[in-house]
Amino acid sequence: MANTGWDEFEIGAMLRTFEGEISDIATTLQEDRKYTQNSSFSASVADWRIEKPVFNKDYCIDCQFCWIYCPDISIISRDKKMIGIDMDHCKGCGICVEVCPTNPKSLLMFPEVADEEREIENWPAKEKKEK
Amino acid sequence: MSEMKKIKNLKEFSTSADRFEGANLLCPGCAHSIIVREVLNATNDDLVLAASTGCLEVCTAVYPYTSWDASWIHIGFENSSTAVAGAEAMYKALKIKGRLKQPDRNPKFVAFGGDGASYDIGFQWISGCMERNHDMMYIVLDNEVYANTGGQRSSSTPIGSSATTTPSGSVSYGETKNKKDMMSIMAAHNIPYAAQVAPNKWKDMVKKIQKGFATEGAVFINAVSPCTTEWKFDPKDTMHLTDLATDSLVFPLYEVIDGHELNITYRPKEKDIVPVEEYLAAQGRFKHLFKDQYKYLIKEWQERVDANWVYLNRREEARV
Ligand SMILES: Cc1ncc(C[n+]2csc(CCOP(=O)(O)OP(=O)(O)O)c2C)c(N)n1
Ligand code: SF4
Ligand code: SF4
Ligand code: SF4
Ligand SMILES: [Mg+2]
Repeated sequence: MANTGWDEFEIGAMLRTFEGEISDIATTLQEDRKYTQNSSFSASVADWRIEKPVFNKDYCIDCQFCWIYCPDISIISRDKKMIGIDMDHCKGCGICVEVCPTNPKSLLMFPEVADEEREIENWPAKEKKEK
Repeated sequence: MSEMKKIKNLKEFSTSADRFEGANLLCPGCAHSIIVREVLNATNDDLVLAASTGCLEVCTAVYPYTSWDASWIHIGFENSSTAVAGAEAMYKALKIKGRLKQPDRNPKFVAFGGDGASYDIGFQWISGCMERNHDMMYIVLDNEVYANTGGQRSSSTPIGSSATTTPSGSVSYGETKNKKDMMSIMAAHNIPYAAQVAPNKWKDMVKKIQKGFATEGAVFINAVSPCTTEWKFDPKDTMHLTDLATDSLVFPLYEVIDGHELNITYRPKEKDIVPVEEYLAAQGRFKHLFKDQYKYLIKEWQERVDANWVYLNRREEARV
């Protein structure tokens, strides 16, 4: 989108987030919405990340803690299952990893450049609880 | 009234389609957006929203972008409350006149503001909205500081916190004034519902927000919002900090109905109550309190929190 100077846009201007007529957005999933370029959904903050979360579904129990506590709507849960991470909107805060209750964790942070498949292959083993 | 969204458990909640979008410019790990998500996802009804200037507004409306998938009014620092009250009053008038195009939609009216916008700058505007009992909800994102402009103290900043206008040093332990008791002030307007919430206790939060939406009249919500930048902790620890805030009883969770009937809604077991010292130690803004010179303040902190907990319990018992 072209940048507009602060003195160039109209007072009372309105930004439209969706194309055409919209009803019941609250029950329409992101993949079924027609976002305009004005929605920040159309933008990316992927370049903010130094580290990224990697998801290993083998250990996931679909508790949805990561979904509720992700500040950036980047945990994709569908039909009550965690299915992946939205890497355009994830800022790499690491909250999802902290709140993941499984052992070993189903989400771990790695450097942005890390190879996901290799990290999943070398996933840490279950940690023994200290007595 | 429209039907309440059913949210029995977290799995069911996770089927919600968010109406708040990513690639906003809030810091990684910012609790503001966790709170906003829990609030918006508590209903499927249409929303009329506004946010007072502060991190939430500034970071979610960077022209030409918006992060809101609902009617959202960009307004001043002091008046998200009255913007929403105005919309609500207009809606009511059109309804009475039979001029609503979709009279069955039942929109919910919600204004968000930071503690600076709410405890200080927009205080009288909120008071007016509560006193006139508009059918709206006002939500404070309480990070106890003017975060968006670089961490100046507000009347919500607690004692001993180092803020940029009340810095700690060899002759000062930072903020010297008690945090303003906004919940009591708002409840004193005799509004039908006021509640304190925290994003870690999502079920308690959703229950209170839904109760607020079902309430006819003004609703006031104070939400604790740990700020990774100004409280100085690692972004990954936002939920840990929120746990410390609720489990140390620094932020007790309770509600006040009709200005007087107080219910405590989260009561950690005696053995699970965290010493206030742990809450303070987890944040850079209180680091100096652990120097010998200022250690007495930690004891005073604990005494204040204990006294407040006793007060809330007695209020609850008394049912007055
Ligand atoms: C009338 C007015 N005064 C001052 C400002 C500058 N200002 C913008 S945001 C902000 C701080 C907001 O603090 P708070 O309400 O606590 O929200 P936070 O950023 O902490 O979420 C200030 C002082 C302004 N925009 N308008
Ligand atoms: S790292 Fe942060 S932003 Fe990314 S998915 Fe996890 S919680 Fe969400
Ligand atoms: S927190 Fe962990 S176990 Fe729970 S849904 Fe997310 S990845 Fe799966
Ligand atoms: S400064 Fe604090 S409140 Fe503002 S965006 Fe950053 S973490 Fe959130
Ligand atoms: Mg603030």
